[in-house]
Amino acid sequence: MSNSGNTIKRSTGERIFRLGNHTFLTFLMIISFYPMLYVLFASFSDPWEIMKHRGLLFWPKGYSLASYKEVFKNRSIWTGLLTTVINLIGGTSINILLTLLGAYGLSRKGFLFRNTIMLGITFTMFFSGGMIPTFLVVKNLGLYDNRWSMILPTALSAWNLIILRTAMLQVPDSLEESALLDGANDFVILFRIMAPLVGATIAVLVLYYGVDHWNQWYQSLLYIQTRSKYPLQMIMREILVTNSQEQAVTTTETGTEPIQTTIKYATIMVGTVPILCVYPFLQRYFIKGVMVGAVKG
Amino acid sequence: MHGGTVGGQTCSSSHRIWRALSKDYKRYKYVYLMLIPVIAYYILFHYWPMYGAQIAFRDFNIRKGIYRSAWVGFKHFRAYFSSYYFWRLIRNTLLINIYSVVFSFPAPIILALLINEVDFLPFKKAVQTVTYIPHFISIVVICGMLKDFLSLDGLINEVIALFGGTRTAFLMYPQYFRTVYIASGIWQSVGWGSILYLSALTGIDEQLYEAARIDGAGKWRQTIHVTLPGILPTVVIMLIMRLGRMMSVGSEKILLLYNTNTLETADVISTFVYRKGILETNYSYSSAVSLFNSVVNFIMLISVNRLSRSLTETSLW
Repeated sequence: MSNSGNTIKRSTGERIFRLGNHTFLTFLMIISFYPMLYVLFASFSDPWEIMKHRGLLFWPKGYSLASYKEVFKNRSIWTGLLTTVINLIGGTSINILLTLLGAYGLSRKGFLFRNTIMLGITFTMFFSGGMIPTFLVVKNLGLYDNRWSMILPTALSAWNLIILRTAMLQVPDSLEESALLDGANDFVILFRIMAPLVGATIAVLVLYYGVDHWNQWYQSLLYIQTRSKYPLQMIMREILVTNSQEQAVTTTETGTEPIQTTIKYATIMVGTVPILCVYPFLQRYFIKGVMVGAVKG
Repeated sequence: MHGGTVGGQTCSSSHRIWRALSKDYKRYKYVYLMLIPVIAYYILFHYWPMYGAQIAFRDFNIRKGIYRSAWVGFKHFRAYFSSYYFWRLIRNTLLINIYSVVFSFPAPIILALLINEVDFLPFKKAVQTVTYIPHFISIVVICGMLKDFLSLDGLINEVIALFGGTRTAFLMYPQYFRTVYIASGIWQSVGWGSILYLSALTGIDEQLYEAARIDGAGKWRQTIHVTLPGILPTVVIMLIMRLGRMMSVGSEKILLLYNTNTLETADVISTFVYRKGILETNYSYSSAVSLFNSVVNFIMLISVNRLSRSLTETSLW
């Protein structure tokens, strides 16, 4: 506003557009975020009051921690959380190690089978054997109902491999050549020189793989039979979607019906808050990932 | 680096190949060592299943396993093509995709254009941060919230009642399923999808706008003549990838949302494959359905890519 002399005067049409645009985007922000806020308020509400309540919520109705107590009393939530954390840490480590090895190898210029291997990997992005043949392979490998079946079948993502490979291709060849002359082998070059140089991209991939492991449920649906091996999302699926009867049994003392609903809300919060907490700090890395991905590999 | 080989002409061709291989091996032996686990992964979990897809042409027998079960040719494909479900699955899969191309595809482009017009930076940042959030919520939670909000006394019906409408149990009626599926999809991904287009928008040369303004173009004409052509290559690439998937709808969200009441409009090829294969253990039939679908998808991707290359000179490869 200080240099109003320089700014071009907005026409009436532009002013109306601007007002409409800002209103619409504000509305969009509310729609994007309000459902989570509603769940948050409802989860801290008194179950009986929520049942009687009509309309929107702008604050918890009669503050109560009863739903969270019930959620944390549920042993499955804890075993599910443990499984998810194991998958997250173990799975992401394997993901990153394989992606590093693959991206480094396939970004070396000039070795004979590079393009063949690259083509073979890219092809899998567009064509797959299908759900049942993959299921049978998992079974044949003895991974059915085995915790590894939540990690190994998705040990590597071709898309992420291409993102990291693109980053590595941008590192000047001279670094590799001088390291070779100094007697370093490829493992030393990868972990001592290359990995630190593409650190920002690796951070992005850690986030992408990590979110995938946290949200994973479908692989467990296909490959895991024993309930005690279910990850958090599968337990949440029971509570939120298939309405397992177990909840009704564990909550007889507090009164079954009303708390069912608020338990759902508390469960959603437990499953979502960890991601929402890290999100603001890591947002720029997530976005960077999209940009890197946009550069065609 | 490439020292000319002495007496190269006298070498037999097999000798030359051998020498190239050994030179390659000498320099890249560790690289090959690194690639072993990567290649092993792709062979085990991608190419072995492709090889195993042959059970679509066999009658799978548990005792005999995939490779000893009897060949039956196209029996399962014929059964699928002539089944009652075939057209329903094709229709549902295609309709969800068509609605998605019509509504979900342009949504992030429009959002990016709108965000791009905001000149008050903190507001712009706030809109971006907030609209990206739903992308990170797991599909299980999204569907759990949908089930709750769309129930008779759920949030959405509360809002409808607030405006004097009648409450409807949306997820119990087949006629609402696609709307729910598409609308919730837009809600979840419109913000995240706009990132790509926003980055394309920032790549447009400011001088083009300058020139347009000098020529007397207003905001609207600038959008038509500078902004849209500027992001067109990105839009085309995204559209190719989208059209290449016209015959597939992921099963995850539908499995979580549908029920026997809505099967008529909600059942798509991938959910059918899941039910036939995993729940009914009809491995051969299920594999035939998904193999047919994979082949159709692959052909579509190639043709759309070729078409785009000749029409717009933009293509995936």
